[in-house]
Amino acid sequence: MSDLLSGIQLLFDYQVLLALLIGSVGGVIIGAIPGVGAAVAIAILLPATFALPPLVGLTMLLGIYGSSMYGGAIPAILVNTPGTAVNALTTYDGYPMTKNGEGRRAIALAYSASFFGGVFSLVCLILLSPLLAKVAPMFGSREIFLAALLGIILVVLAHRGQVFAAGMLAAFGIFLNTVGLEPVRYTRRFTFDQSWLASGVDLIVVVLGLFALSQAFLLLIEKDEAPELARVKGSIFSGLKELWLYRRVASVASGFGVMMGMIPGVGEFTAQFMSYTYAQKTSKTPEMFGKGSPEGLVASEAANNAVPAAAMIPLLALGIPGEALTAMMLSVFYVHNVIPGPQLFRDGMDFVMALYVALLVLNVLVMVFLMVSTNLVTKIIQVPSRMVGIVIMLLGFVGVYSLRNSITDCAIAAGFGVFGVILKRLNLPIVPIILGMVLGGIMEVKLRSAMPRVSTPLDMIERPIGMIIFALILLVIALHIRTLIREYRNPPQNVDSDIHLTHGGE
Amino acid sequence: MSRLKTLQEMFKRYRRPGDLVFAVVFFLLALFLLSQIENQSPWNGTRQIFSQPAFWPTASLIAMTLFAGLHFLSSAWSARLPGRWHEVWQWVRALEFAGWFLAYVWIVPTLGYLPTTILAAILLALRAGYRSARQLLSLAFLGVVIVVVFRGFLQVRIPAGAAYDYLPEGIRLFWLTYL
Repeated sequence: MSDLLSGIQLLFDYQVLLALLIGSVGGVIIGAIPGVGAAVAIAILLPATFALPPLVGLTMLLGIYGSSMYGGAIPAILVNTPGTAVNALTTYDGYPMTKNGEGRRAIALAYSASFFGGVFSLVCLILLSPLLAKVAPMFGSREIFLAALLGIILVVLAHRGQVFAAGMLAAFGIFLNTVGLEPVRYTRRFTFDQSWLASGVDLIVVVLGLFALSQAFLLLIEKDEAPELARVKGSIFSGLKELWLYRRVASVASGFGVMMGMIPGVGEFTAQFMSYTYAQKTSKTPEMFGKGSPEGLVASEAANNAVPAAAMIPLLALGIPGEALTAMMLSVFYVHNVIPGPQLFRDGMDFVMALYVALLVLNVLVMVFLMVSTNLVTKIIQVPSRMVGIVIMLLGFVGVYSLRNSITDCAIAAGFGVFGVILKRLNLPIVPIILGMVLGGIMEVKLRSAMPRVSTPLDMIERPIGMIIFALILLVIALHIRTLIREYRNPPQNVDSDIHLTHGGE
Repeated sequence: MSRLKTLQEMFKRYRRPGDLVFAVVFFLLALFLLSQIENQSPWNGTRQIFSQPAFWPTASLIAMTLFAGLHFLSSAWSARLPGRWHEVWQWVRALEFAGWFLAYVWIVPTLGYLPTTILAAILLALRAGYRSARQLLSLAFLGVVIVVVFRGFLQVRIPAGAAYDYLPEGIRLFWLTYL
């Protein structure tokens, strides 16, 4: 309780409150513009936050992460175009509701479900934190290595139908992280005698290239489009009352969001898939799903908004990011020499609590902002896509160049920008590269520090947590093989899709 | 139930035209990098395998080559999708905008952040097909906002342009510090 109170105290700083406001309002607008998304915004803002105190910088980035999905629901419901990839499922029932003349009801329900999901996950996490603080110190180098390995395996296997591509891109990410001077013995690795490669490939440069610049180039080479959104008439407050009717679906969906958010490499899509399936199976009107079912809409929005807070768990407790956005945030911690992991839970619980409470306040701020200004947001987001591309390119420059004023960094980022365009157009996932870079680095450091205590391979799993994680790795691989056998016996229909399982926030 | 089936399939992704070209290039890159291990990250026979600096590059490149090979084989065995070279042309078109970006980066230290950003915004708008004064002015204004927010308020590290030295005494310091 004292940690919670000290956390709240930390928030009473004008810089933190301003960051919360900018993050929440900015996140809604960014999320609502199709083609931008939280990942692009966070990548661009990342270097700017390095100059801010850690809590201020993280609050702003978390604000964008948490609020972008609220904004992304607006075009998903009104024009069948998800603002962010994780709002794709919202179009299934949201847009049919708009076509049936229930646009206002759909928007109101989406906001309410998002709010419920966000608050539910935060309450869970605040209550779970004391337990996490007890469990986290049980993770030593070996356990963290195994958890990072599990994260890599999950992110590869999560890309069903494209496991080979995800595998090669994750391995590419691990390789990228090894380029340059090796930190212990200063051995040069894959520098090809080029001085500019000696310092390695910076994660933020890669992130900005793959997320921000690639999106700018993509929007500029594709057809110019601008969403045309109708005004939402009437009050949005009714949604909160109506959500009470769907409290069971909202609670279960939020629960799935919390669980899936905590598992590295999984994320919003799996949570949405599970909650949507649950909602349909238990509904009295399953035939309405996909034709404008409020339950489907609630399941989708409650699940995806419960994820951001939960995704902070592996990051804060173990220092392991589960997806691209938390991987980016990890660099903010490192820049300020705040090392997330068991030690942070032991010594900096007030900091952790401050982040949770900030997310709670953020949900309230976003809700209030959207209640009064949905129509304003619908006007702002009607920007032609190429214009968005130009602005992203100009902002991308700030991100890359301000890091260390290096033209080489900009050239590398531009190269990854073109690479990102190729991956996006081929519908190949970007996230495995980022997670490969981050988790590859963690695995290298942790395996090396674990080695003095390991004489046989079995020593890696001699402690209970290590054994559990290892069992999970085996279970995940076994389940994947089982699915492959099932699909071999009963081949699925050839239905194509543009959705990436770990596309969170893109 | 059919809807549920469709939903499950929503989580699967399939090939796009040009996939084979990418698969071949990526596989060749993986093979090339793997062939360079001996030169670029040599193994030292005396140390424990996991502590070797070469361990992670080798492990990642073996995995990359293996998966890239399998990806290449699965692409090569699949039916050809029409539009392969049209797709490759789209990738080449992205290079043009990478060039625009690098030109912007290259000019900033000389001309200064504010003038280059306004110039880049207007030229890119013209390149993107915008012709109305309103659109051009909006983008130029956005350029000014970006500079003021990031260099003026957030004080991000972007050096002042060499051209600012020729500004009149009264405003030079302001431009050097904030724009």
